[in-house]
Amino acid sequence: MKYLDEYRDGQVAAKILAEIHRVTTRPWTLMEVCGGQTHSIVKHGVDRLLPAGIELVHGPGCPVCVTPLEQIDKAHTIAQRSGVIFTSFGDMLRVPGSWTDLLRLKSAGADVRVVYAPLDAVRLAQEHPDREVVFFAIGFETTAPANALAVTRAHALGVTNFSMLVSHVLVPPAITAVLQSPGNRVRGFLGPGHVCTVMGYREYEAIAAHYRVPIVITGFEPVDLLDGVLRTIRLLETGQPDVENQYSRVVSRAGNVAAQKLMWSAFEVCDRQWRGVGTIPKSGLRLRWELRDFDAEHRFQVGALEAREPAECISGQILRGLKKPHDCPAFGGRCTPATPLGATMVSSEGACAAYYAYGRRERHMVQAP
Amino acid sequence: MCLAIPGKVIEVFEAQGLRMARADFGGTIRKVCLEHLPEAGLGDYVLVHVGFALSRVDPEEAERTYRFLQELGQLEELQTPETEQ
Repeated sequence: MKYLDEYRDGQVAAKILAEIHRVTTRPWTLMEVCGGQTHSIVKHGVDRLLPAGIELVHGPGCPVCVTPLEQIDKAHTIAQRSGVIFTSFGDMLRVPGSWTDLLRLKSAGADVRVVYAPLDAVRLAQEHPDREVVFFAIGFETTAPANALAVTRAHALGVTNFSMLVSHVLVPPAITAVLQSPGNRVRGFLGPGHVCTVMGYREYEAIAAHYRVPIVITGFEPVDLLDGVLRTIRLLETGQPDVENQYSRVVSRAGNVAAQKLMWSAFEVCDRQWRGVGTIPKSGLRLRWELRDFDAEHRFQVGALEAREPAECISGQILRGLKKPHDCPAFGGRCTPATPLGATMVSSEGACAAYYAYGRRERHMVQAP
Repeated sequence: MCLAIPGKVIEVFEAQGLRMARADFGGTIRKVCLEHLPEAGLGDYVLVHVGFALSRVDPEEAERTYRFLQELGQLEELQTPETEQ
């Protein structure tokens, strides 16, 4: 496919890699923020090609992973109500709550449906005026405009049997939380390419300047990721805490202004709890007050649920780049994608699930250069 | 989750007041909302996430970045001193 295949070219990757080895003089710890990047890095083994001393730690950028257990339990409570059609992206179906998951609820008779686009859920509501259609609106800024479009369309078209269970999160506050963690080791970031197609990267310039860390907005293919690593190391080696845009074929500094406008027409910033991490101030989105009738939590009055996470799970430290999956005694044994103990094992984009899927059961011994 | 794929716009149409498109993703054709990407039209590649076109792929930028990457290391080869015959 055009604009994908060329970024998987081994010869180009080898050239970048040689350049990375040439410019690196000291050890550096970098974090890729987005779960899609983590998945691609582990799948292609990008991290194992880097010079000894260049470590990639995996960030909190997987929305499925960081959706709090309480929110998942709320989804399950609503999906069990009679008359409800519960719709979700496919990623959420297998994520276990405290007592079940959406797939099991479906096999037990609940009407759970996967939608490709949020607008499909609105159409479903139009087709079933006698039913309540609920959409599980999760995601980062990448997904927020599409979810905003669904709820604003429902509002404009007077589709009153549609509502959303919102659990949206924002990337910049999460990066700030990583940088403020005691014991933080991260010196540079590969920024989230697709989030920035919507938001641009002005917010990241403020973070880079304040914390004096380089951030390189990076794509998702192996060549993109290696280029992102090369650019970040160059900035580190020359002491420049700048923002660079590796993904300029789709990301501009201002982002997609029309999509941002749409997003702010439906959502407003709120404090949000991140699974494994805790509450991060101003790190999420909720529906605006004018749209509260479309808020599933308000409509179904599920109230506050309490959920308890297994104490031995170290996903909070993994999400902040302090630990790696191998540092956990439960990894691959008591904790697997089929029986996840916490955030980083529940989705294929979580660091633990990616390590598990690509056979990284043992710690990799880095060879000296 | 934030997976987005570039597809080629092969048809533009309107549905319930929204500007929509059909896009070709390496042979798979899907409906895409183009409403928030006014600069994109027929023949353009657009980056799509959950049925929503986020951004137009800029062919010049793609070409520029890629050429730069392909040329990595070539300058160094030029700088290698020539062996005397």
